[in-house]
Amino acid sequence: MTKHKAVGLTDDEVLAMYRLVLAARRVDERMWILNRAGKIPFVVSCQGQEVAQVAASFALEKGSDYTAPYYRDVGVVLAMGMTIKELMLQAYAKASDPNSGGRQMPGHFGCKRLKMLSGSSPVTTQIPHAVGIGLALKMNKEKAVSFVSLGEGSSNQGDFHEGLNFASVHKLPAIVFVENNQYAISVGLDKQVACKQISDRAIGYGMHGETIDGNDPFAVYKAVKDARTRAIEGEGPSLIEALTYRLTPHSSDDNDMTYRTKEEVDAAKARDGFITFREYLVEQNILTESVESDMEQAIKEEINQATIEAEEEPYASAETLFDAVYQ
Amino acid sequence: MAQMTMIQAITDALRCELRDDENVLIFGEDVGKNGGVFRATEGLQDEFGEDRVFDTPLAESGIGGLAIGLATQGFRPVPEIQFFGFVYEVMDSISGQMARMRYRSGNSENAPITIRSPFGGGVHTPEMHADSLEGLMAQQPGLKVVIPSNPYDAKGLLISSIRDNDPVIYLEHMKLYRSFRDEVPEDSYEVELGKAKITREGTDVTLIAYGAMVQASVKAAEELEKDGISAEVVDLRTIAPFDVETVVESVKKTGRAVVVQEAQRVAGIASQIVAEIQERAILHLEAPVLRVTAPDTVYAFTQAEEVWLPNHKDIVAKVNDVINY
Ligand SMILES: Cc1ncc(C[n+]2csc(CCOP(=O)(O)OP(=O)(O)O)c2C)c(N)n1
Ligand SMILES: [Mg+2]
Repeated sequence: MTKHKAVGLTDDEVLAMYRLVLAARRVDERMWILNRAGKIPFVVSCQGQEVAQVAASFALEKGSDYTAPYYRDVGVVLAMGMTIKELMLQAYAKASDPNSGGRQMPGHFGCKRLKMLSGSSPVTTQIPHAVGIGLALKMNKEKAVSFVSLGEGSSNQGDFHEGLNFASVHKLPAIVFVENNQYAISVGLDKQVACKQISDRAIGYGMHGETIDGNDPFAVYKAVKDARTRAIEGEGPSLIEALTYRLTPHSSDDNDMTYRTKEEVDAAKARDGFITFREYLVEQNILTESVESDMEQAIKEEINQATIEAEEEPYASAETLFDAVYQ
Repeated sequence: MAQMTMIQAITDALRCELRDDENVLIFGEDVGKNGGVFRATEGLQDEFGEDRVFDTPLAESGIGGLAIGLATQGFRPVPEIQFFGFVYEVMDSISGQMARMRYRSGNSENAPITIRSPFGGGVHTPEMHADSLEGLMAQQPGLKVVIPSNPYDAKGLLISSIRDNDPVIYLEHMKLYRSFRDEVPEDSYEVELGKAKITREGTDVTLIAYGAMVQASVKAAEELEKDGISAEVVDLRTIAPFDVETVVESVKKTGRAVVVQEAQRVAGIASQIVAEIQERAILHLEAPVLRVTAPDTVYAFTQAEEVWLPNHKDIVAKVNDVINY
């Protein structure tokens, strides 16, 4: 059996998954171009983490599950139904941006329609929020889960401990997804944690913990799918760590060459899940040349169109400054 | 003497103190290998080693608590909070713990800690990266709050803060980091905490400001001079405890005052200054003391930042109000 069928994914489904990975990568690449051209103020990138993000989201139920993503999760938000146009509107901080009307930091996604809760700038604040949603789901007896993601550095905040502990004590339907990209800005993993893997921390909370290769879409999909099943069946939360690598600098304001080498980045690029996933699909003859070029073309057109339209939209006006401070 | 930007003056002050006092330690997120996200600690780990200048895990509450423990053992920690909007994560360590160490221990312990942190608007860093939260800090007895407005003061005030035996919140306005240079002595020197400075002398009205608003006030004073109005500018430099004497003496001389702050209006530093002036100099006043502040909204989104932030035109308008009262 092929790897994707072994985890219950059809050919069409893996292709749809790959399309989202490709879209996330191409959107992100466009963001950098727009930033360097002075059109958008800031980029905080998903590159290197798209496979993990998309595969995890694919295991969720769109429309019923809640997400509290973090700033790199272009793959998550696309998979949960945000449009490329909406992503562009938030990058340009336009008034019609459904994330926040141009109020949020770029990359701080949120969308009521998609059951996606906007996170705040201080990292890890989203964890207890998502745990609160998990408690509400349990009280309302809804068959849904609360999915929350974060970086591995962020798992050192007090909010992580408080959130996971509560979630586990009350066996809440929550999935905590750590995207371990080896760095918290400049600070490498060895200066962040002393445990072998972030998922080891689950032991202390009495919850399920698991570390998987974030470049392997099927391993990620399966881990999150199983976590979802456990959560729905009342077996409580899971801590899932996906091992990835941040291929870009921390953000458009960072120079990563002050703390890591080009050789290290190049070596990670060779293992990039975006590339290995594609190779797998080509080998399986699922991604044929014509399917691929059509896909690339369609995504490019959508991004072009979204960019033009977002650029034409008006900025929020200063008169709206007092809006939404109080009711 | 060298020409330095404010960020260079800050790095220079840190270098002087690391060199002159082996108990000084610098730590925080990205301050070591990377040299800080604004490069304030650039080169210091290479020069003084990983024991003196080190990266912490991403956890502010821990950074604050760690500083307290070290301080009780004779160290002088100079932790950095990467952006002051993240101070909420370490609020208990600061207001609940370090500010009260001296009091709580019956004066047997103290916390000679200097927390450095960038803040302030006008550089397009919205949502909790730009907020002016000095008022929150000033409300906590036991803390000193210092905000330099120029490179010379930045160096001297930081050295004084590190040498001070009580906790100091030292706030660095991001807009001032690289906006201009000053003559800054290469040697170590102190600028006394709790002492304001008359940046510009005048006779008709006193402008009281701190941080980036000092420049706006000086610019306003230059405009006003063209209309024959002579404005004195007082730079508070230390926000808490602030130099009431210098402020009140100036107002007694001019008879009019406008207090300027970048922060929102409610419960701000400016309100406190107005209260002190009217308690101590009401019979010298020719007009009510007015305030120039940001409006009471959440910090503005980038596109509205320039409208939201107080500027020299707002100051000129308020001065005209007090002159024509
Ligand atoms: C409370 C808080 N402190 C500091 C920051 C500044 N900051 C933004 S992202 C980041 C690093 C996050 O690292 P990690 O959790 O590993 O996520 P990654 O960016 O690597 O995906 C830091 C220090 C912040 N946003 N919030
Ligand atoms: Mg990371």
